[in-house]
Amino acid sequence: MAEALAAQSRKTGASGTPPPPGHLLIRRVMVATTVIFLALFIVIPVVNVFAQALSKGVDAYVRVLHVASPPDGARLSPAARRKLAAERGQAEKTWSSIRLTAAIAAIVVPLNIVFGLAAAWSVTKFRFKGRSFLIALIDLPFSVSPVIAGLIFVLLLGRGGVLGAWASNWTWPDPFSLHWRGFAQDWWPLAFTRSFTGIIFTPFAIVLASIFVTFPFVARSLIPLMEAQGSDEEVAALSLGASGWRTFRKVTLPNVKWALLYGVILCTARVFGEFGAVSVVSGHIDSNDTMPLRVEKLWNEYNNQAAFSVASLLAFLAIVTLVVQTIVERQTGKNETRQVEEEGMP
Amino acid sequence: MSGNAAAGGSPARSSAGKASRSTTHPSRLVPGLPLTLGYTLFYLSLVVLIPLAGMVFKTAQMGWSDFWQTVTDPIVVASYRLTFTAAAIAAAINGVFGLIVAWVLVREPFPGRRLFDALIDFPFALPTAVAGLTFSSLYLADGWIGGLGRHVAGSINGAAGLAGFGEVLSADALSWLSFPYSNTNTGIVLVLIFVGLPFVVRTVQPVLRDWDTEYEHAALSLGANRLTILRRVIFPEILPAWLSGLALAFARAIGEYGSVIFIAGNIPGKSQIAPLQIVTKLDDFRTSEATAIGIVLLFFSLLMLLAINGLEWWMGRHERAA
Repeated sequence: MAEALAAQSRKTGASGTPPPPGHLLIRRVMVATTVIFLALFIVIPVVNVFAQALSKGVDAYVRVLHVASPPDGARLSPAARRKLAAERGQAEKTWSSIRLTAAIAAIVVPLNIVFGLAAAWSVTKFRFKGRSFLIALIDLPFSVSPVIAGLIFVLLLGRGGVLGAWASNWTWPDPFSLHWRGFAQDWWPLAFTRSFTGIIFTPFAIVLASIFVTFPFVARSLIPLMEAQGSDEEVAALSLGASGWRTFRKVTLPNVKWALLYGVILCTARVFGEFGAVSVVSGHIDSNDTMPLRVEKLWNEYNNQAAFSVASLLAFLAIVTLVVQTIVERQTGKNETRQVEEEGMP
Repeated sequence: MSGNAAAGGSPARSSAGKASRSTTHPSRLVPGLPLTLGYTLFYLSLVVLIPLAGMVFKTAQMGWSDFWQTVTDPIVVASYRLTFTAAAIAAAINGVFGLIVAWVLVREPFPGRRLFDALIDFPFALPTAVAGLTFSSLYLADGWIGGLGRHVAGSINGAAGLAGFGEVLSADALSWLSFPYSNTNTGIVLVLIFVGLPFVVRTVQPVLRDWDTEYEHAALSLGANRLTILRRVIFPEILPAWLSGLALAFARAIGEYGSVIFIAGNIPGKSQIAPLQIVTKLDDFRTSEATAIGIVLLFFSLLMLLAINGLEWWMGRHERAA
């Protein structure tokens, strides 16, 4: 983006005249204000996450995720053994939260990619009644509080909810417990080892809440670009005899791949980081903790260093998101997409 | 993410782009409308429309008097007041500083500008829980910034001790240096500033970037002073974008939950925000009360959405008129 920005300013510099210089003191004060404001509100808080995570040293940081076994034959006092077991239990809970968050992202992100592509295709390649309403509807989750996103699923599927009677008795297998059991029992060699009953307070509800909060991202980053590119290339491919699917795969997809990547990254980051919606539907059960919920639990247990250690993983993910975002923006020449972004919007 | 929503507000329309878009729209030739539109509507109904309808249905089941009683409960009213006041203050502060930041990022070359420009999006990428966590540890009484006065006093005393003067300052002598936020609702405003920071910057930035500096030269040559130019020439141009950014930051702050509960005292009636009221009621299995509070909050969110769309429409008209 910075690159694009620089290119843009060079461009205007060439066509217009440079702005009349303001008073030097005022300019200095404004730059200083910007730097101090951004330092206070962004740089220091982020640095603080890592500083607090490492406040008890690298060993303590690692122990949040991995508690090494004592050397063989070492004699531990009962107190030390209890402490070791407790740390092990905490580390196991943290790992379970990481696994759950990754599993949820693995389900939610592909669903949102398919939705985003379908929505962007239908909204940009065709004109129909209610089209701008549909686009506004896609934006809805941005303006709804995450707590309400959780609440609506509790009201729909929870005990006493509109579909509660059905939902709370519905048993479904955990797709990640699928395993190979061989042909000894049945002709079908795969089986689930775990199942859940009900939807609210299970990972299913977390998936639903995450979808609600994140489905606009892919669509939002595709629509402006596809709107700007128009249908000319697709029409050319179609009139040369390509099938619709082949046109989509060979013409549309390569054209939008960077915008798609951008949307996928934002969507993934939000799935990993979503707190409010997930918190409402998870029911404060340990096995339902995603990483942000785990951070909250550790914080409430006054285990600040561990809370910051888990938070530092999320902060690292945010930094990676930002770096990839910058690269992608550079690739697409953000100026162009920016300009057309508005035109896609109602 | 919301960054797009924010950037989406910018009125950088080029006439060239417009022309290329308004070429033929060969809907007839491109296949896939039933499939893609059908799937889009199916997915949206499943994930958004049916759950929202369920919420409205639940509220309708509630009697009007129950609803009114819940919504006008003093504790609930206090939580609304806190939510809206804190969101408004945070949006106002973001309005002032966001304008300065956007201006500096576009107009003032300074070392590290690109880095700072990329950093603006950080609040979108950082999980809100992490933001709340780090702010609460920074700005509370014993944090790096919250306890700045005591830290400075301590280091002065330490240096004096090394030099052999003994203690020259009492521990509280520099407490005016400390940010006066500890254990008050100012903490809530602080995280809301963080959460809403990108909106104003990212809506105003493109307008400033596309601004033709000829106007400034013209005004200058006509004898206007700089303040007048800023007030009468530049500000009217960025006003719609700025307002739109303010509205986006405010709307975001109303619904914010994750970061606030880490830093707020969360005392009912004093430092509990409205979304936390919903969560508390849900935890007590008082679902209908939670629904009533949620409906009011949702109503205001939709009102903001409408206002933002209106502002963007105004921005588009403004741009065409210019």
